[in-house]
Amino acid sequence: MAQPVPVGAGPATATGQGNNSNPAMQPVAPTRRGTELWMLAFAAALVTGALTLVSVNQKQELTIQVLWYGLAFFAVFTIAHLAVRKLAPYADPLILPCVALLHGVGLVMIYRIDLAKTEQAIAKAREYSASAPKQVMWTGISLVLFLAVLWVVKNHRVLAKYGYTAGLVGLVALAMPALLPSSISEVNGAKVWLKLGVFNIQPGEFAKILLMVFFASFLVSKRDLFMVAGRRFLGLELPRARDLGPILVAWGVAIAVLVFEKDLGTSLLIFGIVLAMLYVATERAAWVVIGLTLFIGGALLAFSMFTHVQQRVANWLTPMDKVVYARDGGSYQIAQGLFGLGSGGMAGTGLGAGRPDIVPEAKTDFITAAIGEELGFIGLAAILLVYMLLAMRGLRSAVAVRDSFGKLLGGGLSFAIVMQVFVVVGGVTALIPMTGITAPFLSYGGSSLLANYILIALLLRISDAARRPQTGSRPRPVQQAPLGEASTVMVERPT
Amino acid sequence: MNTPLRRVGLAMLAMVVLLLANITYIQMVKADDYRADARNQRVRFDEYSRERGKIISSDGKLLATVAQTNDSLRYQRQYPLGAAFAPVTGFYSIRYGPAALERTEKDILDGSDDRLFVRRLSDLITGRDPRGGNIQTTIDSRVQQAAYDAMTKPGTGAAYTGAVVALRPQTGEILAMVSTPSYDPNPLASHSADEQAAAWTAYDKDKTRPMVNRAIQDTYPPGSTFKLVVSAAALEDGMNKDTQLTAANSVQLPGTRTDLENFNGGHCGPGDQQTASLETAIALSCNTAFATLAGQLGPDKLREQAAKFGIGQTDLKIPMGVEESHIGPMPDAAAVFQTGIGQRDVRLTPMQDAMVVAAIANGGTLMRPQLVQKKLAPDLSEMSKFKADEVGKAMSGSNASALRDMMKKSEENTKGNGKVNGLVIASKTGTAEHGKDPKNTPPHAWYVAFAPADNPQIAVAVIVESGGNRGLAATGGLVAASVGRAAINALPGIGGR
Repeated sequence: MAQPVPVGAGPATATGQGNNSNPAMQPVAPTRRGTELWMLAFAAALVTGALTLVSVNQKQELTIQVLWYGLAFFAVFTIAHLAVRKLAPYADPLILPCVALLHGVGLVMIYRIDLAKTEQAIAKAREYSASAPKQVMWTGISLVLFLAVLWVVKNHRVLAKYGYTAGLVGLVALAMPALLPSSISEVNGAKVWLKLGVFNIQPGEFAKILLMVFFASFLVSKRDLFMVAGRRFLGLELPRARDLGPILVAWGVAIAVLVFEKDLGTSLLIFGIVLAMLYVATERAAWVVIGLTLFIGGALLAFSMFTHVQQRVANWLTPMDKVVYARDGGSYQIAQGLFGLGSGGMAGTGLGAGRPDIVPEAKTDFITAAIGEELGFIGLAAILLVYMLLAMRGLRSAVAVRDSFGKLLGGGLSFAIVMQVFVVVGGVTALIPMTGITAPFLSYGGSSLLANYILIALLLRISDAARRPQTGSRPRPVQQAPLGEASTVMVERPT
Repeated sequence: MNTPLRRVGLAMLAMVVLLLANITYIQMVKADDYRADARNQRVRFDEYSRERGKIISSDGKLLATVAQTNDSLRYQRQYPLGAAFAPVTGFYSIRYGPAALERTEKDILDGSDDRLFVRRLSDLITGRDPRGGNIQTTIDSRVQQAAYDAMTKPGTGAAYTGAVVALRPQTGEILAMVSTPSYDPNPLASHSADEQAAAWTAYDKDKTRPMVNRAIQDTYPPGSTFKLVVSAAALEDGMNKDTQLTAANSVQLPGTRTDLENFNGGHCGPGDQQTASLETAIALSCNTAFATLAGQLGPDKLREQAAKFGIGQTDLKIPMGVEESHIGPMPDAAAVFQTGIGQRDVRLTPMQDAMVVAAIANGGTLMRPQLVQKKLAPDLSEMSKFKADEVGKAMSGSNASALRDMMKKSEENTKGNGKVNGLVIASKTGTAEHGKDPKNTPPHAWYVAFAPADNPQIAVAVIVESGGNRGLAATGGLVAASVGRAAINALPGIGGR
């Protein structure tokens, strides 16, 4: 059924690192690890600069300590770099520096909000436990996990074998907070936690990745099923009714998360990712249309049924309305975030010179508002572009990797980054209703950080596979491929 | 699978572009709206941590200044002279906003005024923290302090509730503006939110309304001080000081059975004459004479004269807004009679009453009262000077002189302390009834005056609410006159001293 597409058929498929990475011409492709190290050093320098600004603006002093923090930051990422050099030498050289930059800016911002909160606490003679040290601890744990994933998963295709296991574990993780009593699963109205005494975990963050692994393997193995054409309607080839099962299940899960955990963000995120992966696997716009229809239906249903959804919508549409602003669960937070963004304006107040601590949850969901206030439009736009760059490098690896599972998983992981950024920044800036979700790598929170580092480890693994020169280890080397890293498994729908 | 992957890439790009477009809209287009929103505390925090400019009196006393602190706001607003000057300075509270001059002159004080732009720019380049400009007021700290002391420590008995306004007649400079009881603005400027809240709550709940500036925010029936306006109308209508008016003990209000009496039911002037001159009527403050005079002139002439003195002006700014004073609708002849003695619906702010005497003192020319003398840049260079602002001619110079001479006679008949040999004052007292049961409510005591009578340097208006500490027996002369004279006597160089 599947017929290989002639490789290098058009310029659109030449998505590798350029001509110099052509293994046919150059048996040893450059690993570009040197670039990665330099870019990491650049990111560390930017983060050190940011920390310096905070220090100068907040404490009115500049100590050599800032430099040590900067070097420590660089050292930590150098360890990650060395691991990548050893374990995934052909991985994309920009992914890790992008992560380092986002993570560093996040740490500086969390530290900066700590300073303001500590001062307030002192003024009111209260205790405040700083978040930055905890986040540093999570950084350490995340890196260990990152290294472990790179070490254990030597080949991403192995994951495909555990697809159903991942799916099951993912579902359980997602459902666990809803099933457990509120006393150990509810914080601030969202039933998404697992309180483990010492620290709290949001299993949903990990479920996101597990479910992507499941979907990638499921869609690859059952791909043909989704491609059987049903009736044509308005120019769309609709799938057969009995093939709608998986998307309905995904929709049901998303709705259940929304209803039982009051977690709009995760719900939206998971559904969006499933839709994107389904589209990539089938190349059929009909799935997107069906998915969006289901989504709109679900959204309208949720709106008519749940007051907290209605409130979110009111907060989104009329954040400045006096009544909406003042009521419980109203738009106070969004309005304050917008005030912060507005006060920041084009160039921002300067790091440490604004008042981002006025916005509730400035360290977590609203950290992008804090960045927009202190670094201005320029800074926030730069952060968004770094996310974009990160996701695009991931997507590029997905395009270049040779196996369908890798393509699907890589595409899903990359899309998940941008989707999550869209949901959280869109919420903060009142482009869409606020859903309460963390900004990857920026926000304070252990689960989010851990999960996203796993995501990055997988992306690096896929990009390593994409750029690694083909050796005899490949089961069926494709001799006719002049552009080795271009896709060889491109499959056309049987006609 | 690569084609859909690329399309997903395009979708990702579209999402980021949407976000970028949205933050462009928020941070560029809507930024000013969000920045200026009253619910956005950042602006005030920002101003708060800037070195705010000083407010000083015309004689160089610091009314509002800043002290450096160790906390993040860096500067603590201070009011060294406290409550006595609070109606002038106002307060600067991070939580409750600025008030009085702190509010109206905020652009200068916090350095955001456009005229300070170049300086801000150079501060930015040189790395120096931007500072606010300074405001020099027209207030003479000695007059202000003397008036405040006279109100709060009247010699005997409890402190007075009321207001004192002192103007320089030729220019409209406000030499003093006192309102009692007052409040200490210092705790409201505290960096401790709790201290601010405690002070605010205490002042706000206080029944004596210490945060209200009675001099410009409250209106009172002016009582007999309004006879000056009626006299001015009469003189402008062609009458003179010898014009004869009724001297009867009481007159019946037209169309009613209510009698209007002279003070204590007395006769106007000596003996049993049927008439008394305008001069006598002023000197002895005869109610029957002025009630009938008002009836004779009619409501239109009264209203016209009142308007010439500024009564009914709605947009007076000193630069704080002054409550509108008004003469009332005068629907019938009885109301016109009562209006003639400053009762019924006549309501004046103390500032307005001071403007009336100031205009008489200035040969009939009314000047707009102003509180700001100079605006000074942070380096004390002058940004703007005082410019006297003539409102208009309230009465002719000769009529003003005639009225002044009558007011000298009135001062001779006025009791109270504070008369100084060699200083001739022209004045008028008032004892205004108010409340639901006027006969049994202690009256408001008024005293309006200027001195020296022949070369006026200061015009004052004093009101002591509800008789001060004298109860029903209170009169303008007994209670308010000594406060007015204390203010006059405090002006340096008055009467050749």
